[in-house]
Amino acid sequence: MLAIDARDKDKIVSPLFRTPRAFVLLVLILGALVALGFAAYLRQLILGLGVTAMDRPVYWSTYMVNFVFFIGISHAGTLISAILRVTGAEWRRPITRVAEAITVFALMVGTLQIIIDMGRPDRLPFTLLYGRLQSPILWDIVSVTVYFLSSVTYLYLPLMPDAAILRDNCPPDAPAWQRRLYTLLALGWRGNHEQWVRLEKAIAVLAVLIIPVAVSVHSIISWILATTVQPGWHSTIFGPYFVVGAIFSGIGALFLAMTGVRKALGLESYIGPRQYRNLGLLFIAMNAIWFYFTYAEHLGIATGQQVEEFPVLASKLWGSFAPTFWTMVLMMAAAFWVLVVPQLVPAGATRVPVFRPRLALASAGTAALLFGVIQRTPFTPTLAALDTADATTALWAGVIVMLLLAGLGVAPWLKARPVAATTIAGGLVLAGMWLERWNIIVPTMTHPRLIPYAAYTPSPTEILITVGSLALFALLFVVFFKLFPSVSIWEVAEGRALEAAKGQTVSPAPRPSPAFGRREWGLRK
Amino acid sequence: MTRWAMVIDLEKCVACQGCSIACRFENNTPAVSPEQAAQGRAIRWNDVFPLPVNPTEETGEYPNVKARYMTRPCMHCENPPCVKVCPVQATYKDEEGLVRQNYARCIGCRFCTVACPYGVRYFNWYAPQWEDPLAQRLNPDRVEGRGVLEGPAVRPKGVVEKCTFCIHRLAKARARAEAEGRPFRADEYVPACVQTCTGKARYFGDLDDPNSTVAQLEKSPRAFRLLEEVGTHPKVIYLREG
Repeated sequence: MLAIDARDKDKIVSPLFRTPRAFVLLVLILGALVALGFAAYLRQLILGLGVTAMDRPVYWSTYMVNFVFFIGISHAGTLISAILRVTGAEWRRPITRVAEAITVFALMVGTLQIIIDMGRPDRLPFTLLYGRLQSPILWDIVSVTVYFLSSVTYLYLPLMPDAAILRDNCPPDAPAWQRRLYTLLALGWRGNHEQWVRLEKAIAVLAVLIIPVAVSVHSIISWILATTVQPGWHSTIFGPYFVVGAIFSGIGALFLAMTGVRKALGLESYIGPRQYRNLGLLFIAMNAIWFYFTYAEHLGIATGQQVEEFPVLASKLWGSFAPTFWTMVLMMAAAFWVLVVPQLVPAGATRVPVFRPRLALASAGTAALLFGVIQRTPFTPTLAALDTADATTALWAGVIVMLLLAGLGVAPWLKARPVAATTIAGGLVLAGMWLERWNIIVPTMTHPRLIPYAAYTPSPTEILITVGSLALFALLFVVFFKLFPSVSIWEVAEGRALEAAKGQTVSPAPRPSPAFGRREWGLRK
Repeated sequence: MTRWAMVIDLEKCVACQGCSIACRFENNTPAVSPEQAAQGRAIRWNDVFPLPVNPTEETGEYPNVKARYMTRPCMHCENPPCVKVCPVQATYKDEEGLVRQNYARCIGCRFCTVACPYGVRYFNWYAPQWEDPLAQRLNPDRVEGRGVLEGPAVRPKGVVEKCTFCIHRLAKARARAEAEGRPFRADEYVPACVQTCTGKARYFGDLDDPNSTVAQLEKSPRAFRLLEEVGTHPKVIYLREG
């Protein structure tokens, strides 16, 4: 019989044996969305990929974007949790389970996108029967499969003692199947010394091995694009650029999932400011690296002005992809701002009228208004008169100033709510990274060499399948955490024991040296 | 060893699109509805199109237009980007240098269509359809074997197709020579577009035979290849106008 802390029993174990109405409702809503997506896919399967908006030259589009996006999210988990484990970051303990679950489910849904995108999904076994190892798709199959299998193992290993804990602490009215499930998954775990040693060793080895696998996965996905000679893709930095983006979006997904679990189960005492602050620092660093890579990637194309590559960049900067490109940039900058600027605002700032949410709202509204004037919607003769270079520059400057004012206005509000701020940043980055994948894949597709430039807007089928995929991801996540503890019980208990032991050791502070007068500084004779 | 190649003399080409039509009927490429064609889903193994493909200020406006016409079959590259990326060897280069496409193997991932810098690969977004009189007069030729389906054979939906240099004609010419008990000669076979070309602008033959027309024309100072800078080494050689 494995003992368990009363706090853990109340907060983590007992919700697994209750089914609140909100949970049922959530599952029903997500299930309905998944069903819609599935119906759209069945229709596509029967009629052909013609029901999508893809054409020549846009042979790859939304499904490919989803694929890269989901596989990117999968880096949330295993990679982050593995790095934190290897480096012995104590604060990781309550969030590793959530992170690892994201990995497994994101990989499932991501791989599904490729099957959805295939013209002949019935021929999927051909990739194994006749696979050519020279093809980047085969590299991808190999690396994603290895990553998936090791991620499942990496999720399962720390879950084993928890399953044993659940087996031993089932409430008497627990359903028999649930009890049997935990018994089965515990694999006869008793928690003796030898078992612990083996488990810790296995986790430690796996944590180290999984890091290069995770890096390989997103590098190879980028190489699917970079190994072609297509304008905008044939880049040497795509490997690291994609890995950075993947970890970045992964942390964003982790923030949303952490906050969701924390809110739903009331885990404020487990997942606290410490987790948000430390992961937030990593997030800010990834944001900066991501900006650096994005700038580096585009600078060479901008200055080279090659006839084939430059139109791709031009379409992003001021052409048909400008809305998605600049929305992406704005979202990433906003995520950076939300995490950094509130820390710089002094405590008394709320007394200054600029730092008021009301003013932020007004500034954001003004920015939107000015933007509308630039776009000239609705078109009036007065606005047409503003169509001069100077007026446009002034209007853009106004938009930027107003956005900065809005950012300053919300800063104290965000400072008071670090969890909300971090979650908002996570959401912004997640959406921004989806757009980033879009801005990498679609503009190159619409700007080929010997085919006239094309346009692409996703069809209802593609939108439904995308929404269904997101819902499927959320559904898998929610159902998994209905069955298994969202916080690793034994790891948190271990952390508590370590903290308690640390609390007893008193390390003496270094003795201060005697104060120096100005004479000793050598300033006065 | 034979190395099949095509030479297209742009000086002689009148952009009549006869090659496109001959190709369509020879290879059973389905005609799609005007709406689908406007969406970029028309299949033209042998396309005739204006250059540059994207009109700019430099190309001018009617009547002062600087535009040329170009005709584009599959380049059958010596270093084909499509073959390198195919995960299942549905497209491959055979020992005579032809880049072939096996409809029975293709999984429809469209990596080859993305990788091809010439845009000569086409995808079957829907199952092909023909109007009634056409449907009864499809070319019955096909190259078929164990797990292989090539040539004009009607393609299922969801696979990629492209110009094959009329590979079924080569197979037929070989079979005829064999039946008559004599060695096969390179000049016994030409693709349908070469046969039909109104301006006699197209030549076809063995690039490895120094006496063949294509090998002679390749040495012309007018000879160039499309997108030489991408390093694909096409076996379709153009002769510049003028």
